[in-house]
Amino acid sequence: MKNIALFGDNLRKYVITVLFIIYLVLNLPNYVFANNENHNHEAECFNEEIEVAEEKFNAGELIFDHIMDSYDWHICTWKGKHISINLPIIVFDEGELYAFSSKHLHHGHEYVAQNKHGDDVVFKIPDDGKYEGKVVRVGNDGTLVRPFDISITKTVCGLLISCTLLVVIFLLVAKGYRQRGERAPKGIQALIEPLVIYVRDEIAKPNIGKDYEKYLPYLLTVFFFIIFNNILGLIPFFPFGANITGNIAVTATLALFTFFITHLTGKKHYYKDIFNTPGVPWWLKFPLPLMPVVEVVGCFVKPVVLAIRLFANITAGHIVILGFVCLIFILGEMSAAAGGAVSVVSLLLAIFVDCLELLVAYIQAYVFTLLSSLYFGAAAKEEHGH
Amino acid sequence: MELITPDFGLLFWMTLAFGIVFFILAKFAFPVINDMLKKREEEINSALEKAERTHQEMEKLQADNELLLAQAREERDKILNEARQIHDKFIEAAKSKANEEKERIIENAKETIEHEKMAATTEIKNQIAGISIKVAEKVLKKQLESDKEQLDYINRILEEIENKNQK
Repeated sequence: MKNIALFGDNLRKYVITVLFIIYLVLNLPNYVFANNENHNHEAECFNEEIEVAEEKFNAGELIFDHIMDSYDWHICTWKGKHISINLPIIVFDEGELYAFSSKHLHHGHEYVAQNKHGDDVVFKIPDDGKYEGKVVRVGNDGTLVRPFDISITKTVCGLLISCTLLVVIFLLVAKGYRQRGERAPKGIQALIEPLVIYVRDEIAKPNIGKDYEKYLPYLLTVFFFIIFNNILGLIPFFPFGANITGNIAVTATLALFTFFITHLTGKKHYYKDIFNTPGVPWWLKFPLPLMPVVEVVGCFVKPVVLAIRLFANITAGHIVILGFVCLIFILGEMSAAAGGAVSVVSLLLAIFVDCLELLVAYIQAYVFTLLSSLYFGAAAKEEHGH
Repeated sequence: MELITPDFGLLFWMTLAFGIVFFILAKFAFPVINDMLKKREEEINSALEKAERTHQEMEKLQADNELLLAQAREERDKILNEARQIHDKFIEAAKSKANEEKERIIENAKETIEHEKMAATTEIKNQIAGISIKVAEKVLKKQLESDKEQLDYINRILEEIENKNQK
């Protein structure tokens, strides 16, 4: 019991530190680039503003607000006020870096920065059109130009938080191993260890073969990254709940890592199998190289499928859970009785789906790691390794 | 459409963040964890093997012990048997030897007794002869003390001889 309490204490300290660092990072542009701002008022992180009008409840909008990326992190709405964190916008435009808080761009407001020549550069987030919801530069003639946008968006912010937590947790676990040596694991070490052994013995070893140790760090990183973000994504409170693994860019990056590792470590045999596929009739390879084309296309399809599977599963899960919760409000708007009646059922269903999502969080991490290890296994196969 | 279009900024951050996480974990966390797990597994395996070996050795030792015990028991029985046989034989031999000795001693004694008897008889005979002669001497001396008696005696003897010759 003492250990658990101690661990909780440590964790709390870490979480507070992490939050503080994030707060600093988010506010950094406000201080550093203060001279870029025309109105030099005190930087504020929390933005409270009064709702313009009572909106009709829109479930689709709410759900999409949740699963889509945005420039600020909406925490909750309290007494008609949105409480959200304004995240920094960082854009590269014509070789120059602009960084400012997203609070300047609310509701179509324009933000005027100055470039090194002293000219005004106007940024805004259009409400409609091609660049809806994205930061654009307004050209002199009114044309919209999308700059190179590396803003710390909600997803990036969540990503940085979860990555920091992930690193902290694993360094703690590694420290535990260094200190406890070969004795039985304890605390968080005991939580992580079965998963590490599972990835090693059930995923890496049988699918890769004798070279598995080379790929093990990547497989473990991917597995824990996905399962960690999946589970954090299910926690509805700040600083968690950002839809990280349900974002196609995130899953695409993971898939690209797998793709590059597969093809950079691929042995001669692997490439020979692609261009001279064994076990098919020769006329499928010559004169029309049908099989090689299929194989090469397959190489690129695999990571795409990896990315889409993870993204779709997690996004779908979030949509379903939010859908059940929204059901209460949709019916509640019609009549309070209907909302009350359906809330019990809806809540139970949401809880059920939430539990299901926990399972999916694990399964998707498993599937991604398993498929990655299968691809690595094919790449690492030796000449006579059938 | 935006949902399934990867955002470039996010790709950038994700690559950076994941790359750094991967680098840190692959350099500082997983080698330590995997090494220690491996070490521990080896330790456990070797300990189990050792226990198994010890167990087998124990069993072998026990079997050996039992064999030795059985052998010892057999040996003991054999020795006891032999001892009994020797003992019996010894007693037998001693008995027969004693008997023989007894016979011999008795024989000897008998012989000696015979000898002694003979000697004694001879001596007695000799003594009796001597004594007889002495008695006869004494008697003769007494009878022939006077000349007349001597003459009578001589005459009687002469008569006797004469009688004998006449016959």
